[in-house]
Amino acid sequence: MTFEPTLVWAIVLLPLLGFVVNGVVALAAPERKIVPTIVGPAVIAISFAIALVNFFGMLRTGPETAVIVPGYTWIPSGSLQVEASLQLDQLSMLMTLIITGVGFLIHLYSVGYMHADKGYARYFAYINLFVFFMLLLVLGSSFPLMFVGWEGVGLCSYLLIGFWYTGKVNADAGKKAFIVNRIGDFGFIVAMLMIFANTGSLSFQSVFAAAPSAFTYGGAVVTAITLFLFLGATGKSAQIPLYVWLPDAMAGPTPVSALIHAATMVTAGVYMVARTGVLFALAPVSMIVVAGIGALTALFAATIGLAQYDIKKVLAYSTVSQLGYMFVGVGVGAYSAGIFHLMTHAFFKALLFLGSGAVIHAMHEALHHTHRDWDAQDMRNMGGLRRYLPITFVTMWVGTLAIAGVWPFAGFFSKDEIIWQVAARAVGPFRGWFTLYWVMALVAALLTAFYMTRLMIMTFHGKSRLPDEERHHLHEVPWVMYVPLVLLAVLSVLGGWINVPAAIGRMPVLGWVPHAEWLHHWLEPVTAAAERIQAANLPALSETAPFGGGEALWALVSFAIAVATIVIASAVISRVEYRPALESAAPAGFRRVLFRKWYVDEIYDALVVRPVIRASRWLWRWIDQGLIDGVLVNGAARLSRMVGWFGSRLQTGQINTYAFAVVLGVIFLFLFVFPRLF
Amino acid sequence: MNVFLEHIHFAGWALHFLIWFPLVGMFGVLLAPEAVSKRLALVVTLVEFIVSIPLWPAFNPATAAFQFATTMPWIRPWGIYYRVGLDGISLFLVLLTTFIMPLTVLGSFRYITKRERTFYAMMLLLETGIVGVFVALDLFLFFMFWEVMLVPMYFIIGIWGGERRVYAAIKFFLYTTFGSLLMLVAILYMVFKFHALTGEYSFAYLDLLQVPLTYREQIWLFLAFGLAFAIKVPLFPFHTWLPDAHVEAPTPGSVILAAVLLKMGGYGFLRFLLPFFPQASTAPLLVGIVLAFGLAGIIYTAWVAAVQPDAKKLIAYTSVAHMGFVVLGIFALTVQGLQGAMIVMLSHGASTGAMFLLLGMLYERRHTREIAAFGGLAAVMPLFATVFVITALASIGLPGTSGFVGEFLSLIGTFLTHPWVALIGASGVIFAAYYMLPMVQRIWFNALDKPENQTLPDLSRREIVVLAPLVAAMIWIGVYPKPFLDATQTSIEELLTTVEQRRIAPPPMIGLDAPPAARAGRLVVARQP
Repeated sequence: MTFEPTLVWAIVLLPLLGFVVNGVVALAAPERKIVPTIVGPAVIAISFAIALVNFFGMLRTGPETAVIVPGYTWIPSGSLQVEASLQLDQLSMLMTLIITGVGFLIHLYSVGYMHADKGYARYFAYINLFVFFMLLLVLGSSFPLMFVGWEGVGLCSYLLIGFWYTGKVNADAGKKAFIVNRIGDFGFIVAMLMIFANTGSLSFQSVFAAAPSAFTYGGAVVTAITLFLFLGATGKSAQIPLYVWLPDAMAGPTPVSALIHAATMVTAGVYMVARTGVLFALAPVSMIVVAGIGALTALFAATIGLAQYDIKKVLAYSTVSQLGYMFVGVGVGAYSAGIFHLMTHAFFKALLFLGSGAVIHAMHEALHHTHRDWDAQDMRNMGGLRRYLPITFVTMWVGTLAIAGVWPFAGFFSKDEIIWQVAARAVGPFRGWFTLYWVMALVAALLTAFYMTRLMIMTFHGKSRLPDEERHHLHEVPWVMYVPLVLLAVLSVLGGWINVPAAIGRMPVLGWVPHAEWLHHWLEPVTAAAERIQAANLPALSETAPFGGGEALWALVSFAIAVATIVIASAVISRVEYRPALESAAPAGFRRVLFRKWYVDEIYDALVVRPVIRASRWLWRWIDQGLIDGVLVNGAARLSRMVGWFGSRLQTGQINTYAFAVVLGVIFLFLFVFPRLF
Repeated sequence: MNVFLEHIHFAGWALHFLIWFPLVGMFGVLLAPEAVSKRLALVVTLVEFIVSIPLWPAFNPATAAFQFATTMPWIRPWGIYYRVGLDGISLFLVLLTTFIMPLTVLGSFRYITKRERTFYAMMLLLETGIVGVFVALDLFLFFMFWEVMLVPMYFIIGIWGGERRVYAAIKFFLYTTFGSLLMLVAILYMVFKFHALTGEYSFAYLDLLQVPLTYREQIWLFLAFGLAFAIKVPLFPFHTWLPDAHVEAPTPGSVILAAVLLKMGGYGFLRFLLPFFPQASTAPLLVGIVLAFGLAGIIYTAWVAAVQPDAKKLIAYTSVAHMGFVVLGIFALTVQGLQGAMIVMLSHGASTGAMFLLLGMLYERRHTREIAAFGGLAAVMPLFATVFVITALASIGLPGTSGFVGEFLSLIGTFLTHPWVALIGASGVIFAAYYMLPMVQRIWFNALDKPENQTLPDLSRREIVVLAPLVAAMIWIGVYPKPFLDATQTSIEELLTTVEQRRIAPPPMIGLDAPPAARAGRLVVARQP
């Protein structure tokens, strides 16, 4: 039985249609809300439905190879033939479901969150456009087409971060995101150039088919290609050194943070590494780099998350940290583990962001009533919100337990899978590096549980730090906003069970499911080629972790770490007396270093941004205006004017001057010329 | 369609019409009353555009030979003929010219307020010159059009320009003339050499193409031709006339300058430099210098652009950066590189043309181009902001717009022959964001804090009509560039073959001291009708 794809182009193009419709409304009648309310979420819902049809078709038939859905020839130039066609396989299918599914819930939520905004139609136009580009990114069948989506989502991110563009902070954040991402895109472009020069194609299927013979294992070319690709990934997926744009991106509306800056766009880099797994598998050095940057980012961002007061900033650094985990997964070659965490993270991080959005929405409305100039996002102004926002409170705890890795929530399975895969793959040439990453990942897991507990306690528990007048105006959010929360909470529980590790699956209660490692097997047709390369060049996976113990034992250990951290953190943080933000002293000592984010922005500013601007000014003033135009061009003009002036001085019109010149000439002839002639 | 075109002998008169109709229109405008001059000019340029459209369907992309070609004797003793023709390289440059012209004329309606009749007459004369340059197949004719076009441009800058217009106009004129004079000398050298070999004078492109040149001769002639085109493109470091010319030129002047005139430099590289001097064009040192200049254009000018306080000057500098990609693509000598260069030229025509129009419209509203004078304008002019942002994105090569296709092809093509150059050139995508986004932000975003900005009207219907075709072109070329690539493919492949063959096996050198009888017949003179 062969798999017949259904209307795949429609999945991609419907959100584009939504963009056009909402865009016209935004320009022609921005105050009209009915059309965006219906069209915005509906196009995504229909895309999701079509994606589901295809998913069940795939489930039934289990295609072993990707299906190419033809479109048209995009860039034909000599031997380069770039087709605009889509590639549907198990990986792009899964991503499509996540994007349209989570995307739909967030669109629905946005109807409530943005209902009072003047830019309502514009918002839906942008976010529909985002879904279009994101789908193109995952469904595109070639590097250039993926790049269209890649830069397209960056554009939407730019537009949505700066959505409230009259605030300079927001506009700055959008610009920063775009420029930092372009540094990554430079890497992506260079990688494409190198891939085309070495394999003669840019379509995924041809490149991956040619790769094993075109590149030598561990060779310089494939290592360079993968490192350039990864540079692209560090930009889009906010990894060291290019992560700095993501925390600032929180300036955008909160549903945007949930959809673009947590659930989908920022995972594009992870998707890309998994998609190009064949190339990464050929470059062990790149694997060490990818997993290393991932582990470092996971740990580093988590430390910053410990000391932030802005609820969205905590979640932003948490996202950076979790993306680091995903890169550890795909970096060590455990592609399904990385993608698994990508999926569960999409559920629980979207949930957490939407939950924080509900909190901010409630805080903002309350503060708006009394016109008090307090920060609605600062957790020091919150406290005790569980009484006013019970649904948000419960669902956010679900998200917290999921991200902290508590059984039976989704994050337990997915994070543990990554941590275990690092341990199991710490063999052969990777032994030293991967052991280090494994320890880093365990420590970061502890920090994750800590900062999330801190967030929950500061926001929902204890006494309210809002003054009485505002407290009366605190209300739970409307149904369009909490229904998505509840659904995402359900997914945050169930999502993990689609990929229960075999070792846990054998255990009673803890892991009972009919099909252990379902997701892993589902993705096998996509990951098989890369795994074959690894199997051929690396020793077999280890059954035990570097310091002994099997998968089940370490799953229990990380579960224990998570629970213990949450319990201890709750106890510790509950005892801290927080004061409202305006009355609090600035953090001091090491906490200040963390609060100021290790001063990375300041360092970049001093070492990169300012020098470039200063150099630009210098080049303009001294080279362009000074040397080229001033000395050379206008200098030549001055020289010719001088010669002309000198010549005109000779034309005095006085006969004695001319006679004098004639005499001089004759003397010259007699003295110097004639003697030589005769 | 093609049957109809054959019936009216379109191929026979199309190019003559396209060259001379604007000149006829010029006299019409000069004779007509001042009040109708702009409308008459619009009609003339529109008719010109409509007549030029069928060139595309009638063009046969399968052949690299010159099409719609005709020859008429002109100054016969010197072998000067009126020879015109079109191939895949010139087709879209002609279409770009006829497409941009009516939009520019319509875009000048409010900007040009003094001596309108003279102005529109100059614009039409300019169109004759530009179309002539792109279709002339006789180097004398080519040179004449090349120079003719300088005159109206000189006046457009010098009369309707800004405060330092005279300085800018003279600078523009001298710079360009300096280059062209060297080119004239080079042309004459080739003509005399041809005469020495065959006993006949000829300025025909196809004749001079056969003149065998020693490596040394090629180097000198390459430099002479190359300088003329490098100034026109402009290639770093011959670019400093451009920012001055743009800042002082009136909007229509800037639009034509950026959208079309600069392309004459790129066209010159493709049409003359590469096939005439294939050994010089592939000499590692020369190519290295040219590529280094191209890279400097991409990176250095991007940096300089980023710190310009004047929005128009900023865009002027970005032209140099874009043309850097053109130069890279051309001297890569690969199909992708040359096609990329072609697409960058078309894309730049649409996006930078639109950008200058937009800045002009902004200037009409606020009488300044100082970036710092704006801020938050998106709140009062949402449609204007939308068009501006789309144009800016196309200019910095966002995929899905024309800019990406061109830059990407140019880089791919360059990488195949000069990987390190392409690697460095690719960093241009970062610096493009670095110059463009802060400007967009400071004009359109941030607080709307200046009172004089708070009541600005959004785009008028006339302005929408001017901009819409340009935006459509940017997206069309970005999403479906195939028709453009298909039509240029054969000519570009033929050009590469010519260069390659003549580089490896140049036509046998014939000693000039050999008796004329021995020399005669070694070159085939294109027979004149």
